[in-house]
Formats: sequence, C-alpha cells, structure tokens
Amino acid sequence: MSNIEVTITVNGTKHRLMVGPKERLLDTLRERLHLTGTKEGCGVGECGACTVILDGEAVHSCLILTAQADGSEVITVEGLEKEGQLHPLQEAFIKHHAVQCGFCTPGMLMSAKALIDKNPNPTREEIKTAIEGNLCRCTGYEQIIEAIESATRALESR
Amino acid sequence: MFSTVNKPAERVDAYEKVTGRAKYGADLQFAGMLYGKVLRAKHPSARIKSINVEKARAIPGVWAVMTAQDVFCNEIGVIIQDQQVLAKERIYYIGDGVAMVAAESLEIAAKALEAIEVEYEEIEGIFDPIVSKESDPIHPERASNEVVHHKLRKGNVDEGFAGSDVIIEREYETQFVEHSYIEPEAVVAVPHENGSLVTIYGSVQNVFATRDAVARCLKADLSKVRVVQNHIGGSFGGKDEVVSAMACRAALLALKTDRPVKMVNTREESILESYKRHPYKMKYKVGATKDGKLMAMEIEAIADGGAYACQTPFVTWRSVVQATGPYEVPNVKTDTYGYYTNNVYTGAMRGYGSPQVIFANESLMDEMAQELGITPLEIRLKNILKNGSMTASGQKLDRHEVSLAEVMKKAAEAIGYEEKYREYSKPQRGDKRRGIGMAISFRGCSLGAEAVDGAGTVLSIQKDGSVYLYSGLAENGQGLKTAFCQIAAEELGIEMKHITFLEANTLISPDSGSTVASRSTLVGGNSVMRAAENAKRALSRFLAEEFGLPSSDLVFKENWIYTPDGKKLISFAEAANKAFWAGVQLSHVGWYVAPSIHWDEEEGRGNPYFTYVYGCQIAEVEVDMGTGEVTVLNMAAAHDVGRAINPEMLKGQIYGGVMMGLGYGIMEEVETDEGYIANTNFDEYIIPTSKDMPNIIPIIVENPDPDGPFGAKSIGEPTLELGAAAIANAIAQATGRRIRSLPLNLERVLLGHPLRKGRGKK
Repeated sequence: MSNIEVTITVNGTKHRLMVGPKERLLDTLRERLHLTGTKEGCGVGECGACTVILDGEAVHSCLILTAQADGSEVITVEGLEKEGQLHPLQEAFIKHHAVQCGFCTPGMLMSAKALIDKNPNPTREEIKTAIEGNLCRCTGYEQIIEAIESATRALESR
Repeated sequence: MFSTVNKPAERVDAYEKVTGRAKYGADLQFAGMLYGKVLRAKHPSARIKSINVEKARAIPGVWAVMTAQDVFCNEIGVIIQDQQVLAKERIYYIGDGVAMVAAESLEIAAKALEAIEVEYEEIEGIFDPIVSKESDPIHPERASNEVVHHKLRKGNVDEGFAGSDVIIEREYETQFVEHSYIEPEAVVAVPHENGSLVTIYGSVQNVFATRDAVARCLKADLSKVRVVQNHIGGSFGGKDEVVSAMACRAALLALKTDRPVKMVNTREESILESYKRHPYKMKYKVGATKDGKLMAMEIEAIADGGAYACQTPFVTWRSVVQATGPYEVPNVKTDTYGYYTNNVYTGAMRGYGSPQVIFANESLMDEMAQELGITPLEIRLKNILKNGSMTASGQKLDRHEVSLAEVMKKAAEAIGYEEKYREYSKPQRGDKRRGIGMAISFRGCSLGAEAVDGAGTVLSIQKDGSVYLYSGLAENGQGLKTAFCQIAAEELGIEMKHITFLEANTLISPDSGSTVASRSTLVGGNSVMRAAENAKRALSRFLAEEFGLPSSDLVFKENWIYTPDGKKLISFAEAANKAFWAGVQLSHVGWYVAPSIHWDEEEGRGNPYFTYVYGCQIAEVEVDMGTGEVTVLNMAAAHDVGRAINPEMLKGQIYGGVMMGLGYGIMEEVETDEGYIANTNFDEYIIPTSKDMPNIIPIIVENPDPDGPFGAKSIGEPTLELGAAAIANAIAQATGRRIRSLPLNLERVLLGHPLRKGRGKK
C-alpha cells in the first residue's frame, strides 16, 4: 500500500508527512517527531499512557491512525509548557507529589487538560471520570486528583 | 528541628517527568540502532526437536538470528542459576524465549520471527505445586522439584495445643499477581562504548543484579559490563530477573552485530514472560485459651515457584519469619516450601512473601475471635507484640519502639472502627451490606539474614559549593533520589537545589546490592549520611586550621558554616572554594553495613532482622449481595515509619500501596490454565482505576529507630501487604461468609467459588 500525505499540527507546529496506512499517531509522534513524552503502555487503549489531545479531545494515540488525523491539531505533553512557563497542571503535579515513576504522568496531564479546557470547574467525581482511562500503579491517584483540583483553582484565580 | 528532612520537599525528578523530557528505556535512540525481538514458546512444557533459522537469516534487514547455541553461558539467576537466557532443549514455561533476532526495523524483526521454524514435542507439564512435590524433577539436574524448604520452631506445638481450649484449622489460598508497572520492560545494549564491552541502558530495577547476569552470560569481567539506569516506569520488585534476561539477550545481539540493539516488550510479552507474585496454599492450625490467649500455631505454606527458582528461596524465607503475624505465640511450628512447576515463574513483588501469609493469619485471627466470642480488636490487643516481646523466631524486641497498639489505636480512631464494628455486627437487611475489617503486621526491615546488607554513596562537593551524589541503590519511582538529596542537604546544611543526584551506573556507583526490601531509605540513607559526615569532617578540619579555631566541631546550616558558639564563619560555597584550592579532599564515600543479625536454618530460629516496622489498615466495605460487587468505602492506614523523611512522598506510598492491596484483594488474578496465561493485557487483567478509590486516610506514626537515618525505617512494602486481609475481614462481616481464597471478586463473593475454567483450579 502506498504512503499517504498527511498534514498535522503538533504543539503549534505544522508538519507535512508521508505516512504508511497502518502508522499509529503514537509512532508518528515518538519515532518521526521525536516527541517521546507520549508513552506506550499497552497498545490497546486500556492504560492511557499514550493520551494526547486531538482537536480538543483526549484520545489514545495508540488507537488513532496518523492518516485519520490529517488536518488535525494535536497537543502532547511537550506542548504544555509555554516559553519556559509550566502549565498550572504541571506546576500542581510537582507541588502535590502527583508524580512517582512518571510514566503515566504525560497521559494524566493530557486527560486533565482536556477536562479543564471544557469544564474549568470540575467536581472530584468529574476528575475521577476524566482520568479513569489512565492507569497509575504508583500513586493510588489521590495526589493526582488533588493536583488537578488545585490547578483548576489556580486557573480560576488568573 | 530539621530544615530539609521531615518536610514535603518537591521531587527532584518531577520537572523532567511533567514536561515529558524524562527519558525511559523505550525513548532512547542511538546511531545505527537495531531492534531486537524474541520468539517465545508455543507450549508451557515441551522439548525443542529442531529450530531452523535459515529463512529468517535470509530476510534483508535482518542482522542477527540467535538461539541458545549462540549464548556463552545460558543459565542465569540471582540465587540459583537455573533460568535460561534462551531455551536450549527444554521449554519450562510459556514465556521462555526460543530464538531472537536483531533487525533494521520492528516490522522486519516480526517477519523474521515468523520465518523461524521450531518443532516441538510436548511434554506433560506440572501446574500445581502439590502435584509437583510428588513428581519427577522438572529440571533434570535437580534431585527433586523442591526449590526450598524453610522452617521455624519455637516451643512445642503439641503441648501448646494440649493447653488450648479452642483449636481451629483453616486453609487459605492466594493467586498469581502481575506487577503491572505501566512501562513495559525496555533496554538498549550498546557495544564497546567508552572502554566497556557492553553498556546496558534502560528500565532496570537493580543495576548490579543485571550487570552480574550480563557478565555471567557473556563470560566477561564484571568491570567490563556497564549498566546505567534510566528513568524507570514502575517496578514494584518486577524489573529484576526478567529485565536481566532481556539485557543478556540485547547484549548478545549487540555484540554479534556490533550495533546498538533496543528491546522493548509489548504488554502481552511482558505479562507472558515476567515473573509474578507467588500463589500460596496455606494450612493454619491455631490454639487459644478461652480468654483469648494464643497458645500454639502450626503453619504450612506452599508457594508455586513456577519454572525457575528466581527469588523463591528468599520470598518463602520472609514468609516463614512472619507467618504467625505480629503476635506472641509461645509455641510455633512453621514450614514454608517452594516447588517448581511449569507455570510462569514467580519472584519478588512488593510485599515479598508477606501479603500471602498476612491474608491468612489476619483472616485466621478474625475466625478465632469469632470462635471465642470476642471482637477482632480484642483478640489482637490480647496477643500483639509489645516492647520486650519475643517473636516467633525467638528475637527479643528491645531495640526499638514496638508500636502495634499505637498504630491500631490511631487507625481505629480515624475510621471510627469500634462504632462501625458494633453497627455492622447487627443483622443487616437488603442488598447492600456493610462491614469493617482490620489487619495488622510486623515487617522485618531490609534484607535481613538473606544477604549481606551494605550500601554506599559517593558525595562530591564542587568548588562552587554545589554537590553531586550517587549511590549503588536506584530510583524505582518511589522517590529515592529526592529522599537521598534531602538527607544530604540536611546533613550539609545546604539547600536541596544545590544537590544533583546522578543515575545508578555500575561502573561508578559502589555495589550496594539491590534496591529491594524497603531498604533504601534505611540502609542507603545511612550511607548518604556517612558520606556527608565525612565531607563535613574534612571541611571542618580545614576551616578550623584556616581560621585558627580551637575546635573543628562546626555547625552547618542554611548554606553557612558556624562556630560551635554560633558565630557565622563562612558560607558553604566559599568554604568549598577555599578548600578546593587548598587541595582538600571534597569527594567522599559513605559506607553503611546494617547491624549484625543471624538465622539458624537448621534450628529455624534467630534474629532475622535488625529492626521492624508496624502497620494497621482498616477497610470499610459495602457488598452488593445481589451481584457480589464489593465497594471499598474507606480505608485507614497507619504506619510507623520511624521518621518520615518526606511526609508527602510517604503519603504517596500509602495511597499507592493501599490501592495495590485493594487490587490484590478484590480484582487481580493472572489466570493460568495448564501453564497458559489467559489475560495478557489490561483489558482483561484489571487493576484499580481512579473509580475504584476508597477514601484513604493515611496516618504517619513516627517512633524514631536508633539505627535509621534521622530515625527513618521503611514504608514501600508495608503499605501494600495489609489491604487484602483487611478487606477480606470486612467482607466476612458484611456477608457473614468467610472466603479463604483471593481475589474476592464477584463470583467468589456471590457464589463462594470461581466460575471460569482455570481460575483457582485445584
């Protein structure tokens, strides 16, 4: 099968790529664009480590073919920091010890961002639902939830 | 009292991790790098009749195809060297590697694996350790299938039972459990780099254990193999032998091709190949007087070791020491066994032989309390270890505070135990019924009499006053780097931001054994303190001379150095600069060896650990009687840690440990059927999500230990070992029915037995 020309904007930069029909968005990000912050934990859309924001929605990049994402805008964990300034979620994750091994962290951050971009004032239950698809084996989720709650407060007071 | 320790310092690696900059094994790229893949067995027990790799070799882009014939030394293992790097003639379990390839791309590697032709002859396997006991040896070079037998003897159990008013006998069973680190195993082997034969980068829990395995496999000097740890995406005891085997394979391919070789497991490969937590079958007999005093316990625990010995000899040793639970029992006879089977092999997983026996002994305490007509709290308070108590192994506890009563009291108060216990003891109607259950434990800190318990740290002060340190122990995600930096900062009286912690690297770090057994803060932390003390002493001597002071007893705090009478002398940075230009030694090693302990394997007694930690967890559950669904509502977790080096990181250990314990208790099970594994990804192997969280109440108890750095002991494993037992006790109260096998999932809670084929099969 022949390659497909795809245009995607990743963290604000437009890329024109020739990709194979079976290439996953996850591989495009990691292997072609060297954005290795997005992780692979299961390859079947269960663990959430590969979560990125695609046109405003948190998605599992292991389940998206890059060809499907033609014309889309993608935000990865590398796109959160702006001009040396951490996103409030990143700051809150550091402050609240929401990070242990850190492997689920990029996916967690993207699920959290997708949530608060749409719902700036989520309840604890809404936060739990938003990160339900992101498995974490280290933290027991508590400090992650506290961090997201604290980041929403920080964003509100801006 | 403290300026840096005992405070919630931010993690030193958090910035890299929240920005996606942190590089894990799979993120590494090297020029000319090839991709390695392993062909795995088709059957759990078979003989390899032939392997033909010619077609695979002929595929363009394939640089190497290797089998056991190409391995210099094919048997590895930390304790017993019986684990095959690649299966030679015999397949011992479903995860065995048969051949491996290195290719230009993953796609080509996959094609090459498909082109390898293997002819097997199936051999009837053994999948039950009790059957294994009576069967011919699986490993032909061994006399029997027994991996190990440990015993513990105290008093005379026959007399103890004769003096008992109530005797009960119960059997308990636990399951295979997967570590479920979110990062699958990944390494890159780079040949001939900077003087070493091969360098291994990747998600390695124990750099020295992996180094030893690779050197053995290559028949190379230890000093020719370098293992460098990258950020590691969780381990929980799990990235030891399985990663060592991967590192051996990658090293062989790298040397064969003279190119860097990356190997990354898919989740399916990871679950098929990696070792699990041991399933145990346990028989407990306990006797007590009618007023509730324990008189005797007789225990037999049989562990399924799977295909390879791995950590079974030491896992079952911790079980033999701790199997009675934290109680004074005058007469004890405990035997623990490990047997080979053709199941997936079993090894270290957070808890290390304790979660199994705690599930049994804490269920047993509640069952005994019920027989005696007293409450679970009463039976425990009557029998718990106290200051000066003698443990089952005959160790007198007189060097530290035995704080069981305190942790129980604090956990009980925080969750409202007594009131809820009374409430839920009344008859309940309707579909939703509630219960509350507790579990307590004592846990020997660090390795104990398993091995020599020494650790080292190198600390180097630079001429601008900044400091770097590195240690032989390794970050596993738990926060070791941060805790060690806090200890160094406290001791040197400087801010943490001036300290950099380097990665573990076997060619520079002092061999400190493995990062296991919740030993890092305790043993490694002491070595950091020693290194800092040595550096301080050298600086102080120099400054005393320089300033003509009568004493070199200087005080280091807030980036400054003071005379003993409080006079500000010089800033730390300036002192470092002066000392450097005066030729003062500023790089120092700190070495710590744990206090002496002993274990008499023949007699089955001794002082197995130099100190212990104590914990209590209480679970409040709601059970849907119509479906068997268990919801854990609240969980109080009180742990005496000696001293919290970082209270927020410590809470993180508690939250994470409680959730892992919850998974062990009510949902997780690697389903094996005649050696095949049914659930090889997270769609079928279910671990707790954010929706499964109870309200967790973490309670930090601090009774400083004389042997700990600033009094600190352990926290990693204690947090995990209690949850399943506490939940089981709560479910028993809610339903009025005792379930003696884990996990307490829908079918067990509803029907009392598992439904699916291969689940809990006898």
